[in-house]
Amino acid sequence: MLKSFKIGGVHPAENKLSAQKAIEVLPLPKSVFIPVGQHIGAPAEAIVQKGDQVKVGQLIAKSSGFVSANIHSSVSGTVKKVETGPDTSGYPKKGIYIDVEGDIWDEKIDSSPELNSEITLDAIAILAKIQDAGIVGLGGATFPTHVKLVPPKGMKADVLLINGVECEPYLTSDHRMMLEHTEELIVGVQLLMKALNVTKAAIGIENNKPDAISKIIKIAYAHSNISVVPLKVKYPQGGEKQLIKAVTGREISSGALPISVGAVVTNIATTFAVYEAVQKNKPLFERVVTVTGKSLKNPSNFKTRIGTSIGELIEAAGGLPENCGKIINGGPMMGKAVTNTEIPVTKGTSGILMMPETEAKRGEIMPCIRCSRCVSVCPMGLEPFLLMTVSEKQIWERAESERIMDCIECGSCSYTCPANRPLLDYIRLGKGKVGTIMRNRKQ
Amino acid sequence: MSKLFTISPSPHIHSGDSVNKIMYSVILALAPAFIWSIVMFGLDSVRVTLLAVAACMAFEFLIQKFILQVKPQITDGSAALTGVLLAFNVPASVPSWMLIVGSLVAIGIAKMPYGGLGNNPFNPALVGRVFMLISFPVQMTSWPAIGTSGVDAVTTATPLAILKEGVKNGQPVFEIFKNLPTNLDLFLGNISGSLGEISVAALLIGGLFMLIRKIITWHIPVSVLISAAIFSGIFWMIDPARYADPIFHLMTGGLVLGAFFMATDMVTSPMNPKAQIVFGVGIGVLTILIRVWGAYPEGVSFAILIMNALVPLLNRFIKPKRFGEVKIQSNKG
Repeated sequence: MLKSFKIGGVHPAENKLSAQKAIEVLPLPKSVFIPVGQHIGAPAEAIVQKGDQVKVGQLIAKSSGFVSANIHSSVSGTVKKVETGPDTSGYPKKGIYIDVEGDIWDEKIDSSPELNSEITLDAIAILAKIQDAGIVGLGGATFPTHVKLVPPKGMKADVLLINGVECEPYLTSDHRMMLEHTEELIVGVQLLMKALNVTKAAIGIENNKPDAISKIIKIAYAHSNISVVPLKVKYPQGGEKQLIKAVTGREISSGALPISVGAVVTNIATTFAVYEAVQKNKPLFERVVTVTGKSLKNPSNFKTRIGTSIGELIEAAGGLPENCGKIINGGPMMGKAVTNTEIPVTKGTSGILMMPETEAKRGEIMPCIRCSRCVSVCPMGLEPFLLMTVSEKQIWERAESERIMDCIECGSCSYTCPANRPLLDYIRLGKGKVGTIMRNRKQ
Repeated sequence: MSKLFTISPSPHIHSGDSVNKIMYSVILALAPAFIWSIVMFGLDSVRVTLLAVAACMAFEFLIQKFILQVKPQITDGSAALTGVLLAFNVPASVPSWMLIVGSLVAIGIAKMPYGGLGNNPFNPALVGRVFMLISFPVQMTSWPAIGTSGVDAVTTATPLAILKEGVKNGQPVFEIFKNLPTNLDLFLGNISGSLGEISVAALLIGGLFMLIRKIITWHIPVSVLISAAIFSGIFWMIDPARYADPIFHLMTGGLVLGAFFMATDMVTSPMNPKAQIVFGVGIGVLTILIRVWGAYPEGVSFAILIMNALVPLLNRFIKPKRFGEVKIQSNKG
């Protein structure tokens, strides 16, 4: 039997429309808008000004703390302005506008396609390269990777997990990466193992990607300390806690970090970025983005420079479908709906999904019939119906004691509710409030 | 940028499941038992079922429209389902006016005053049924004779009633059993009883359908049936001359109907598997207690209603297995 997390889970239609489409390089845009806050933590500080000439890979915004990340130019050209611009959140965010002129890369970057599998650096040097390259979790959480790789005092990792699950429907960028950059990924895994000083690594892949599983098994065969673990197709198999449980059997207790059970998880795109940063001296300025949707002419996987507007990707994939009613930055379960197509691709953009009008709106809300489906699908063993009620009634103590903060916001409850109740909406509201109360109490 | 896009928080897709689909699936699952009731009781069973459905829907509509003054929601299927379940729990010979009174109690007292769908603590159909049983005991316990051969001994009383009467008169159980239908007749439903409860086979088909379609989970029906079997088995092993065997208990009365269709009513059952098992065991044990010691020959309805009352407590104190509740296997080093 395939390994899996045990509690809850759902199985939405997979709709991996672009799974057979090889990664294509998106043509250079005319201009880019690179936000300075693309990660969890403090935004970077811009170090360029209007009129400055920049090259591809040049540092343009400097990390402003330990939990922060460098930002590099994804194009060469002239800085037009440093100002606010469109953001997925809907609020304007500060960033750097650059007009593209040519494609001149920083000399330090090794842009040759040859594999460099020789690991010469030690752990500290690897960590420094990762930090310099501005690498963050590319699965969507965008937590700075160098922070994750340095365990808090007194804790030590003993296993590295690579998240190749890609359990979100529609998304295929990690799948293609595993197929087309297998060798580089394995080098990336070794680099991360060295940086963490662990002796074993496991790559978890959902069983709906048999081609990727067999390809990685073939390449990883030479490395006895790297195992490949096929996982049952069940959402949210790629949730950090769920993946650790599925692969190692270890269960992270409420409120604790993965390191508390000795595990560190990074995703496929991040691992590839680590390879490029360390072996090729290439900072993080481009990533693979899945552009997809049922009505889209040509669902694709594009290697895209950070800062390119999502409109350019949509055009390249056949243009905005006539019946498009919603554009989602990310996957359909956890992605964010955006208001327009001028929003830039950032480090956390794994996919752009266009939903037809018929699927864009939610169904009519009915009374809760207490069917308990939300309880049975919750991968954290919570009671979403109850958390919604206590959040609605603002009973924050009860929300806390019913462990509202454990919610990973996977959306399985709202997805499954036959009465279309906005369970997760209210739980988010409650989490925000309870989180504030808990922080204030600590102070 | 002229086009406006829909903005909403995630998730952006939905399973497609709906309240209506659930309600109508349960009604569909009751179809085999309904067909069997027509075979046994003829058009009377059609009369009773249609009347109960119509009455329940009509009362819900009238209450929503004129008393609560909200948009009527009777197409959600919940009122229709209450009607079907009420009909299944009465004799096919019940007078129409009594059934209408029962429907009014089910919808007008047990459901709508609490706030309608999703808010009632007690199973509406059972409240209606128990109200009828207490108010009209004669009509509610006179079952029509059935025309099939070999069952002339059972014309006006159910097997459970015969058993109760016999035990009261001091007859040993094996003597009473000579007058009772065989286990096969009980299983197929070749007996008299309330309209929809007689055929275990037909109910199991419906129950299986609901399990496969994931309308219900196994927890409640299985815990009801197993606990009833074990509990009645204990009595039977103590004194087989005074107590009937577990097979008999499982196949008679409304136990199977109750286990699959009444106890599993989503609104009035607990919200997690552990609590559901406690709930089911409670129903199984209480049913046998009432059958063995109670004044009534049958106890499923009362057992379910009693356990319905405990659901809020079960929900409060029995919690699902949380992720991360196990002790951390830390490797601090």
